[in-house]
Amino acid sequence: MSAMRRVTAICNGTVIDHIPAGHALQVIKMLRIDTNRSNPVSLVMNVPSDKMGRKDLLKIEDLELNQEELDRLALISPNASVAIIRNYGVAEKRVVELAEELVNVARCTFSNCITQNPREPLPHKLVLYSRDPIEVRCYYCGKRQDLDDIIDNLI
Amino acid sequence: MSDVVTMDDLSNEEIMSILEDSARLVPVAKGEVHLPLLEGKVLANMFYENSTRTRMSFETAMKRLGGSVLNFSSIGTSVAKGETLFDTMQMVEGYADIAVIRHPRQGAAQYSADAIDIPILNAGDGAGNHPTQTMLDLFTIMEAHGTIEGLNVVLVGDLRYGRTVHSLSHALIRFGAELTLVSPEILMMPDEIVKDLRASGASISESTNLASAIPDADVIYMTRIQKERFPDEDEYAKVAGIYMLGAKDMDDAKDGMIVMHPLPRVSELHPSLDSTVNARYFQQAFNGVPTRMALLCRSLGVEIPKEVKK
Ligand SMILES: [Zn+2]
Repeated sequence: MSAMRRVTAICNGTVIDHIPAGHALQVIKMLRIDTNRSNPVSLVMNVPSDKMGRKDLLKIEDLELNQEELDRLALISPNASVAIIRNYGVAEKRVVELAEELVNVARCTFSNCITQNPREPLPHKLVLYSRDPIEVRCYYCGKRQDLDDIIDNLI
Repeated sequence: MSDVVTMDDLSNEEIMSILEDSARLVPVAKGEVHLPLLEGKVLANMFYENSTRTRMSFETAMKRLGGSVLNFSSIGTSVAKGETLFDTMQMVEGYADIAVIRHPRQGAAQYSADAIDIPILNAGDGAGNHPTQTMLDLFTIMEAHGTIEGLNVVLVGDLRYGRTVHSLSHALIRFGAELTLVSPEILMMPDEIVKDLRASGASISESTNLASAIPDADVIYMTRIQKERFPDEDEYAKVAGIYMLGAKDMDDAKDGMIVMHPLPRVSELHPSLDSTVNARYFQQAFNGVPTRMALLCRSLGVEIPKEVKK
């Protein structure tokens, strides 16, 4: 856990470990962590890891992410391990789970999809087509979604 | 679920059973037998873009079975004023027992199926699916060959944009056909689709030459190269008319080889072909009626008698 110690321990909040190297900024984006808010976010990139060679690590102070928020990050970081920290100790460990269906997480990127009309009221839905490698398709139009585009189309 | 949005909504067994139902319904489709299985039922034909052939064949199918049809066109209606698909479908649910939808946007049929409870049959959504076309294509092949397994089906023309051939390819692979893809370079079947097909164990060969594919073909499925797919006239001119079949080309064909085409044709099928034993495209267009009858009955939960007597 030397990587954990690279950044000062936090009192309360969430620690996300085992993010694929170089993806921490995307995770911040996916979790929709408001970078203008006052709670500090520490970001460690490209630290050595036994399991992954190199990895990224995030510490978000004074914010406990819920399961739904965590499941979003499974798209880019399916093996992330998450600890909820309370009073400097690990209060809970959470597992990131890639859901079969992502409802109202991101918009379909296909320009001719029926969901492109913002007035259509049904939820945006992406479905998991394959886990390894991760492939996500729009439930309605069936188009494969580029993971980088998903990050730019989060709802 | 009784919706048919993609061919994946139907298992192989269901497809075969629908094709058998379709075969029994042929005399009803021709008007030789009166079989009002859908009397009192109302079909809403929701056509957000023109497709005369598909619309008419659904209408005939419904009427031959004693049902009635509401024809909707989006031109000059509340849709033109910006009504959402969701709202329009709510209205349809109040008027009809089943709806057929044709829409320029991909995903529109699945969206409709989620929006309301009456069964939805997808009659084409953008460049997406057109499963009832696939069913009539499979029926036409079965009618001629009695099987799909092991047949060499040559798909010709616009394989890039043509959703008909995409959907048909997937279905043919499910039943063990071999595919030969013939198209100009710029209209080749998208890699993504070829990859998917190969992943499901398909034997596929690709070529730009139609003549060399004729002798081994059991089915030649021609498609139209559409002008509107091209950014300019010059690009279109390069490939327009590069694949044409006429009566003479049939000299090299195997016995029993059939030529299909979703129609309308432009120049790819010479009229001399029409009177050959190989030409099957007009029959194919008619086959839209019995297959759509069978699909309407299935979605409405109406059984087709095991024997349809004259
Ligand atoms: Zn979509």
